[in-house]
Amino acid sequence: MTAYSHDRVTVSSGGPGGPEKGLLRFLTCGSVDDGKSTLIGRLLYDTKLILEDQLAALERDSRKHGTTGDDIDFALLVDGLEAEREQGITIDVAYRFFSTPRRAFIVADTPGHEQYTRNMATGASNSHAAVILIDARKGVLTQTRRHSYICSLLGIRHVVLAVNKIDLVEFSGERFHHIVGDYLGFAQALAFSSITPIPVSARYGDNVTTRSARMSWYDGPTLIEHLEGLDASEGLEGKPFRFPVQWVNRPNLDFRGFSGTVASGVVRAGDRVIVAASGRETTVARIVTADGDLPEAHAGDAVTLTLADEVDVARGDMLAEPQARPEVVDQFAAQVLWMIDEPMLPGRSYLMRIGTQYVPARVTSLKHKTDVNTLEHMAAKTLGLNEIGLCNFSTATPVAFDAYADNRETGAFVLIDRFTNATAGAGMIAFGLRRATNIHRQALLVDKAARARMNGHRPAILWFTGLSGSGKSTIANIVERELHAHGAHTYMLDGDNVRHGLNRDLGFTDADRVENIRRVGEVARLFVDAGAIVLCSFISPFRAERRMVRELVGEGEFVEIHVDTPLEICKQRDPKGLYARAIEGKIKNFTGIDSPYESPEHAEIVVDTGTGSAEDAAQRILEALRQRQVLG
Amino acid sequence: MTRASGQPAHALSQHLKRLEAESIGIIREVAAEFRNPVMLYSIGKDSGVMLHLALKAFYPGKPPFPLLHIDTGWKFRDMIRHRDRIAARHGVRLLVHTNPDGLARGVNPIASGSQLHTQVMKTEALKQALDKWEFDAAFGGARRDEEKSRAKERVFSFRSAGHVWDPRNQRPELWSLYNTRIAKGETIRVFPLSNWTELDIWLYTRHEQIPVVPLYFAAPRPVIERDGLLIMRDDERMPLEPGEREQVRMVRFRSLGCYPLSAAIESNAATLDDIIEEMLIARTSERSGRLIDSDEAASMEKKKREGYF
Ligand SMILES: Nc1nc2c(ncn2[C@@H]2O[C@H](COP(=O)(O)OP(=O)(O)OP(=O)(O)O)[C@@H](O)[C@H]2O)c(=O)[nH]1
Ligand SMILES: [Mg+2]
Repeated sequence: MTAYSHDRVTVSSGGPGGPEKGLLRFLTCGSVDDGKSTLIGRLLYDTKLILEDQLAALERDSRKHGTTGDDIDFALLVDGLEAEREQGITIDVAYRFFSTPRRAFIVADTPGHEQYTRNMATGASNSHAAVILIDARKGVLTQTRRHSYICSLLGIRHVVLAVNKIDLVEFSGERFHHIVGDYLGFAQALAFSSITPIPVSARYGDNVTTRSARMSWYDGPTLIEHLEGLDASEGLEGKPFRFPVQWVNRPNLDFRGFSGTVASGVVRAGDRVIVAASGRETTVARIVTADGDLPEAHAGDAVTLTLADEVDVARGDMLAEPQARPEVVDQFAAQVLWMIDEPMLPGRSYLMRIGTQYVPARVTSLKHKTDVNTLEHMAAKTLGLNEIGLCNFSTATPVAFDAYADNRETGAFVLIDRFTNATAGAGMIAFGLRRATNIHRQALLVDKAARARMNGHRPAILWFTGLSGSGKSTIANIVERELHAHGAHTYMLDGDNVRHGLNRDLGFTDADRVENIRRVGEVARLFVDAGAIVLCSFISPFRAERRMVRELVGEGEFVEIHVDTPLEICKQRDPKGLYARAIEGKIKNFTGIDSPYESPEHAEIVVDTGTGSAEDAAQRILEALRQRQVLG
Repeated sequence: MTRASGQPAHALSQHLKRLEAESIGIIREVAAEFRNPVMLYSIGKDSGVMLHLALKAFYPGKPPFPLLHIDTGWKFRDMIRHRDRIAARHGVRLLVHTNPDGLARGVNPIASGSQLHTQVMKTEALKQALDKWEFDAAFGGARRDEEKSRAKERVFSFRSAGHVWDPRNQRPELWSLYNTRIAKGETIRVFPLSNWTELDIWLYTRHEQIPVVPLYFAAPRPVIERDGLLIMRDDERMPLEPGEREQVRMVRFRSLGCYPLSAAIESNAATLDDIIEEMLIARTSERSGRLIDSDEAASMEKKKREGYF
């Protein structure tokens, strides 16, 4: 047996396993053109999964699109999209099923191109093992390292290092050992518990399902033998009971059940459970299924629980074991893989999908990003496409979770862009930041409502947004004068006065603009709490940030006023000469010139100073405030 | 209606149990997150399993969404009978839609050709129905093992306004944390059977004794042989070509659709046990009997981009 000694991981050459094992989900990954799709095609072909009509189609396709001369191009069995076949590359993950007499497999064939890293991560998130391919001619490449790191982050513990195209290096054992040594040098910093190197030729089938006669120096298992014997179970059943409530089943007044899939552990009728967020404790009365009640349910089972007491439980809640509770906090640190072109900005609000709930969440700080080549940590202000970093998060309400390393089912989340609804990031929780549980908010005797009664008007944020020179400050000033005349408590926050004090450390990059608005929003919130009407005039070009401020205060307390003066008019006015300088390129990131302005979609009030005077605009705003009953 | 011959001999295998649980989780997710979901019901074996799983998912309640059948007017008569019986038995709401423009224009699989017929009477009809009832999510019974481009599709598959699928730009789908967020006009197609194989479907159908259309079982049926395929003339609308004549053969169908477009296979498999045994030694795929798929290479992806299920 070939054996590699290594200080941290068991590097085994496997061997025939014991009795029949359960389903194995694995993925193939590695750099572009290393032969991942070819390998899967070869596995399907050798395990007799390709039927006659499919084989005939494959032969036709190989003549048309093939990259292998007259031979069958096995990659075409998996590269199923037109664009993939035309370009001879994989773009998105393909899921294929095959089985041997000993085991059933689901394999995810993932793309090697860096551009499609998110599709590789998609395939990895549900896999228990990874086959990382290396082209024997090229050795370990950046993508090999990136994919290995992502596999490790996503919790894959068992790796096969398939050194492929060994036919193109004369089946050289020396070359094989050299590459394996290289890889192990890198991979020892990763969290793998086994790495099994196998020399293969996907194209000709050596050591895939049949032992190669051309590598007498190798006496380890074939790829399929190893996968058949691999024990990659996550032991979810042995972990504490977790049950994210997915659906409240209430067909009639006599039945109230909580449907969901057991994420981990085991639950029995009669067990004590808690609702994680509230800490309320109760007992499981029945475990209901269409096939009759069960005495117990295990990780992976989709069931409906009824509870002995009338406790408050809804979709998004998690039921858990009282003796081994999940963390429930609103601040935590997590590794994030970023998956969209627009960078991740600290301070911006995203929607977090965690368990069965969506909760608004912000990155409060980006601790560092990781260089996938060296695994070194680097300081960073934003995360770009395919970058990975450790971030601190703050969520709108506390969420229940376990660290991802302890439980892959309850420690993962995805981030969603609130405007495009794109799946923007994948997160794995590292640890909770204990602040939420430690700082208990002081319950106040005099509250916002009490102050509003005394003031005779309701508090509000009047948020003026629009291009530079659109007239925001001019109108806001008139509105404030009128409000003051009515005896209202007012205060004005203006871009210029805030930037010279509170925010003087911030520039005009996207990240800094987001932070600028976040701070202004928090200050405005305090004024609202104090009962004032606070007028804010900020260009605030991004919808996401305006929405973030909106969510800081109560329903109806945020009034968005779009000062919708056309860019052409603003340019002509140019009261501070800024447009002229921006057009000359002397000011960078100027809104409307080389930085976008995202118009409000649902502003409460829209005024246009191109067609009327500032005085008129102010009167219309005051009228609207009366209608909204901000003013009595 | 035909019931499984054998009784469930033993408990559901671990593998089928996992598939069942995963599908139930997906179906519940849709009910929880979407305003107005619908389940496409095409009457075949996959639809049968999908409906069965939906009934299980909400037990003791009922599925909180209707079934939708896109009727091209050319389904086997046995299929329509089966559909109506199943809907009545389970007390689920069944919606049926046929493309009225296509009917008016006289589009049919024989004179118009399979491609135009499919485009107008299936794809267009489906889009009409989704728009008409303003459904924001639609379940389909497609499986990843059916076809190469299906193997590439997400479980929650996003469609932009106009029902367009952009296979090069799918949302990443990690863990089972499905992104169900859409804007007005956009929709999601959901495939709860993504990870099932044809064999899984039959094994599960047998175990759960799910009723299937009798056409899946071999029986002596009148067929004609055309271009090497066996076609069953289900009614008079399909004219015989010169020299063609009907002959009775022992046949069954692996996949059901419009009768002029679904080829039968010669078989003696008259029970679910027989079908499963036959599958294990089969050397051709179930789609080989579908005339619409061989129209052109990559045709499935093309149809799907245009809105086909
Ligand atoms: N000689 C030889 N060629 C191989 C072998 N494996 C793959 N190839 C060839 O390498 C080329 C790329 O193979 P693919 O399977 O498409 O590579 P891939 O890793 O899936 O590529 P992406 O998915 O685009 O990253 C094809 O022309 C294959 O025929 C091998 O073992 N030996
Ligand atoms: Mg590939």
